[in-house]
Amino acid sequence: MRILLVDDEQELVETLAERLSIRRIEARWATTGDAAMKFLEQESFDLAVLDVKLPGISGIDLHRKMKAKYPDLKFIFMTGHGSQDDYAAGSAETGKDYYLLKPVNIEKLMDKMKKLMGR
Amino acid sequence: MRFLNRIKPAFWDHRILNGAPYRSQFNFRRTWYAAVFVTSAVVLAPLIFMAFMDYRATRHDVESEILLTTSRLVSNIRRSISYFFDERKSALHFLVHDNNFKMDENPRRLAQVLENLKKSFGGFADLGCIRPSGIQGVYAGPYNLTGKDYSNQEWFKEVVKRGEFISDVFSGFRHVPHIVMALKFPSSDGSFGVLRATLDTGKFDNLLSNLEIDGHGDAFLVNHEGVLQTPTRSHGKVLERISLPIPDFAPETRVFPWVTKTGATLVIGYRYITDTPFILMVVKHKQELMKAWENTRKELIEFLAISVAFILFVILWGATYLVTRIYESDQKLIVSLHQVEYTNKMASIGRLAAGVAHEINNPLAIINEKAGLMKDLFLFKKEYQKNQVLMGLLDSILGSVTRCGKITKRLLGFARHMDVSIQTVNIEEVIREVLGFLNKEAEYRSIRIAIDVAENLPNMDTDAGRLQQVILNIINNAFAAMENNGNLRVKAVMEGEKDILLTIADDGCGIPETDLKRVFEPFFSTRTGKGGTGLGLSITYGLIEQLGGTINVKSELNRGTTFTITLPLTIKEKEMKNSCAYS
Repeated sequence: MRILLVDDEQELVETLAERLSIRRIEARWATTGDAAMKFLEQESFDLAVLDVKLPGISGIDLHRKMKAKYPDLKFIFMTGHGSQDDYAAGSAETGKDYYLLKPVNIEKLMDKMKKLMGR
Repeated sequence: MRFLNRIKPAFWDHRILNGAPYRSQFNFRRTWYAAVFVTSAVVLAPLIFMAFMDYRATRHDVESEILLTTSRLVSNIRRSISYFFDERKSALHFLVHDNNFKMDENPRRLAQVLENLKKSFGGFADLGCIRPSGIQGVYAGPYNLTGKDYSNQEWFKEVVKRGEFISDVFSGFRHVPHIVMALKFPSSDGSFGVLRATLDTGKFDNLLSNLEIDGHGDAFLVNHEGVLQTPTRSHGKVLERISLPIPDFAPETRVFPWVTKTGATLVIGYRYITDTPFILMVVKHKQELMKAWENTRKELIEFLAISVAFILFVILWGATYLVTRIYESDQKLIVSLHQVEYTNKMASIGRLAAGVAHEINNPLAIINEKAGLMKDLFLFKKEYQKNQVLMGLLDSILGSVTRCGKITKRLLGFARHMDVSIQTVNIEEVIREVLGFLNKEAEYRSIRIAIDVAENLPNMDTDAGRLQQVILNIINNAFAAMENNGNLRVKAVMEGEKDILLTIADDGCGIPETDLKRVFEPFFSTRTGKGGTGLGLSITYGLIEQLGGTINVKSELNRGTTFTITLPLTIKEKEMKNSCAYS
């Protein structure tokens, strides 16, 4: 399972990627939408974990762009903000279950990933 | 006073609260006074002025009428009296001029003439001729006056000088009131004689005393010295002096008022009767004549009094009604402004909380991942696996991060509700969420909180933001009322099929019965000056109304207070739209 983590907090995604690789999950990370799109062009991924708020492009728009180009890609949203608009938009895209509030428990994240991939 | 208190309008005791951010724009009592006084002045002044003018005009009319009728009466009587004298005088003239009357008339013929005069005119008592020397010649009548000497009497001198004479009334030799009428006539020998007739006053006494005069009136004759010539009803007997003033000479009828010593006003009409020594006087009592006017006056004053009372009542009622309306809308406006402010404040707090939570969540997530990574590394590298101290420290960090996460999630949840109108919520969750903010305070103050939510309580479709504000406000109030070690009980059950009954009970200081009715009124506070604005419960009341619910309060002093809130499971969309206008 190859995972792409996108969040503007580099330290967060970096650490998260390392923790996932300890759990034998191959994860790459990007801090901008453009970087994430480049990764997708170069390599293939099964799942993308997106922050709702990204510099330049919102997680929701990025999700749409990726989904249009890579229909098989699965998504999980992650946010530090609980505003109703974001929540409504995010959960409409992926469903409530795949909209996670930071800080995220890694075991919970793994569960969601497995569920999503097994579907 | 109790009655006054009962009818006293609400605005009367309105006081501007110091420090209140929104104030009334009116001084209601002054507005009321101004409305009452200005309207009264504008309405009553013309009314009273008109009534006064009408009063004066009517009174003047009545008085003129009295003078006029009196004057007319005097003229009529004067005409009759004049006629009486003229008639007799003409008869005597006729006698001496046209009947070849001689000084030495046959006494029998004179008696015949007297008899004829008595028959045709009446009022003649006797008839006699007097020689120029003043000695009575022939005489016809009941007495034997032949040879009587009149030469020294005033009337004789007068008639010789002026040709004719009518005397005052006098008793004379016979002690019967009578009048002497005398004429001078030329005799055949070139000298003159005087025809003297005695007239009975009974004839015009009757004429005067039989008159019906209104106002206890009296009509009589006086001579120029004020001696009564005819009997009167109330002004003395014949030949007595009248107590009234002798009116000045005037060639025509005159009427004047006169006040007696006793204070009564008389209306006196008089006329000097030409060629006689008599003045005809008609005296009326003004008070009697004014009786009809008294009735009119009474009616006028009664009408005025009733009108004024009615107008005053309408003015007072109208002013009170209008000012009360202004007061009510003003209060509503102030409450609305407060609610808007409150809602805005809550929304700002919500946004602030959300912002803070977001800002904290990112570093918190990093801490979480870093500590997680450390733990991962320790778990995978066997050398640290058994180091309980390090593992404990890491677990403690992760535990704290989880706790922080819960707090920020709660803040975000609270803020999230602020933005939305209607969503599906579980009342227990809302209660726990609100209590989450108060747990620490409860812990410090050893307040025990019991939550008792019935099982299988359906979810509510309501405005969760408002609902949590309601619960937060009431629990905050309860906390303020309770001492340390208090007990708070929050209970939620179904009420019928469509409502949820929420009960929040504390065992705090309670609310005195007198205040209990007013706790939901805006600005009612027992904590004014101590941080209370007196708006918490009124805003709560407004919020519950907007949620389509009702709130009731029961309280016992020093035993505690229970708020009972009924909320519908589903809120009507329409209601919300109306009430959301200002949020």
